[in-house]
Amino acid sequence: MKDTGTYGLMAEFDEVNAAIVAAQNAYGAGYRKMDAYAPFPVEELSEAVGFQKNGVALVCLVGGLLGCTGAFILQWWINTISYPVNIGGRPLNSWPSFIIVTFEMTILFSGLSAVFGMLALNGLPMPYHPVFNVPQFDRASKDRFFLVIFSSDKNFDALRTRQFLESLNPISVAEVPS
Amino acid sequence: MAKPTEVEVGEQKAPVIRPGHTFASLTEKIGGIVLKRPIMGGWIFGMFICFVILQWFLLAVCWLFYKGVGVWGVNIPVGWGFAIVNFVWWIGIGHAGTLISAILLLLRQQWRNSINRFAEAMTLFAVACAGMFPIFHLGRPWLFYWLFPYPNTMTYWPNFRSPLVWDVFAVTTYLTISLVFWFVGLIPDLASMRDQTSNKALKFVFGAMAMGWRNSVRHWNRYETAYLLLGGLATPLVLSVHTVVSFDFSVGIVPGWHTTIFPPYFVAGAIYSGFAMVLVLAIPIRKFYGIEDLITMRHIENSAMVMLATGWIVCYGYAFEAFMNWYGGDPYESFLRWNRLHGPYAWSYYTLLFTNLVVPQVLWFKTVRTNPLLLFFVSLDVLVGMWLERFVIVIVSLSRDFLNSSFGQYYPTQWDWAIFIGTLGFFSACMFLFLRLLPAVSISELKTLLPEAEVKVAHAEEVHDL
Repeated sequence: MKDTGTYGLMAEFDEVNAAIVAAQNAYGAGYRKMDAYAPFPVEELSEAVGFQKNGVALVCLVGGLLGCTGAFILQWWINTISYPVNIGGRPLNSWPSFIIVTFEMTILFSGLSAVFGMLALNGLPMPYHPVFNVPQFDRASKDRFFLVIFSSDKNFDALRTRQFLESLNPISVAEVPS
Repeated sequence: MAKPTEVEVGEQKAPVIRPGHTFASLTEKIGGIVLKRPIMGGWIFGMFICFVILQWFLLAVCWLFYKGVGVWGVNIPVGWGFAIVNFVWWIGIGHAGTLISAILLLLRQQWRNSINRFAEAMTLFAVACAGMFPIFHLGRPWLFYWLFPYPNTMTYWPNFRSPLVWDVFAVTTYLTISLVFWFVGLIPDLASMRDQTSNKALKFVFGAMAMGWRNSVRHWNRYETAYLLLGGLATPLVLSVHTVVSFDFSVGIVPGWHTTIFPPYFVAGAIYSGFAMVLVLAIPIRKFYGIEDLITMRHIENSAMVMLATGWIVCYGYAFEAFMNWYGGDPYESFLRWNRLHGPYAWSYYTLLFTNLVVPQVLWFKTVRTNPLLLFFVSLDVLVGMWLERFVIVIVSLSRDFLNSSFGQYYPTQWDWAIFIGTLGFFSACMFLFLRLLPAVSISELKTLLPEAEVKVAHAEEVHDL
């Protein structure tokens, strides 16, 4: 049953362990499309909402490999093909002296890939999001923990999901208008 | 996750955070420095002085760009004057910030969480100061982009076999990675500032900078991975940057430069001066902003111990330099040794030994390490000493190299001094602004250190199995 005017239902907790237990119970009750919010990273909470792996490390690896090979090939191409300079018959492809720039570019590209990859996978920047419509959500960056079950979940039902969330001993349960 | 036991160790070590804080009190305290605290007379006075110095700097740079590097005291044989001394000094100072934010992150030294934010800011401003000097030193600074490999109508490329080109890549990478590291650390705190303030304009500015961060645990999960990866990448980077800076010297054949001890000795010296700057900043900041409960004696003492340890590595460098001058049997190297001890710049070498090796030995005593005022002066002394070290390396070696006929002296002009002191003004002005405009201590990272943050429930998969 879909409720078009609602983005989801938000339960508020004042303690990290309560939020984790609530998320685990929601997962156990069959809810999948949900998210939790905490003022600092809580690994157990992201596991509880069913989020295990992220692709940031892979993006970082790909970026690093691109930076590494790109920088070396650029230096090799410049020194042997585009602009060869014969200095006393020394080899044109003097690869040991290319290592430093290759290393620096590996770090630069993998670092930027990690950051921009993280932002992109998180869907940031995002100028508007429905969760901010709930007034008490301001405290997600301060001292409160939130669990939101989205209305797009196949088990979502405005009444029964609210009753379920209320059974988890939250401080409050609020509707998130979409 | 958090190790609250470490926070609570109280008998021998001072706590990382003084007990009694909660999630809310931390947020309000750190955010309040920016959002609620009125602008104090002391801040205005300090900012005013820095701003005057900054204007002096602007004047000196305009004069330099108008007249050329001839306004400095540089000439043959000393072609690298204050500009390179200051460049190496500033970039060394930056290294402590990265060490704190990256290496101590990987080593799980949780005390870093209260000082990493402003130490990273310090890195950023110090690297900005450092980066200016090579550009000032270019004869035609407006053509600095010739240093980068880009397709051009002149159909030539930078010389990738030159340490000076390596340096361009190392320093720009370092600046970029330091900037993103610092900014990524700021994102959740910017979101926290956005949520705390009721001022619409501030909400907009912080909100735009936080890019819509909403503290989702999925976001945190990716964020933590990215942050850890950045720490892992910044660690070899920071070691490589001063290594590459030392290659500027050690790849050359000038006596006193052409030595393999330079990379480790430069890196140790960088961390030495960097921690001195961390203390010079942390001691007044914690006092004037009343955050002695967040930046505790534990941080002050640990930084002092890092200074003592790196100071001895630097000492080892000096000893081995002297030994190799003698053992290597090269007459020019032997002359360099004599010249450092008895030449016209001997005062700088003796002052260097006194400030860098003798004075810091007081750090063996716990009474000194736990006395902020004394520590402040020892740190200033180390900063002077490390500046003199670069002075000895650059100026003394260049002024007398191989041929007596090409010996010469270097006399800095008022413009050399104006630009050096000007960057100090630039650096301090940036720090003053940073303290007022952004949370100077990481809010979200400190929260993980509180006992409240301890997770006591079982992992998800274990529960699902039940």
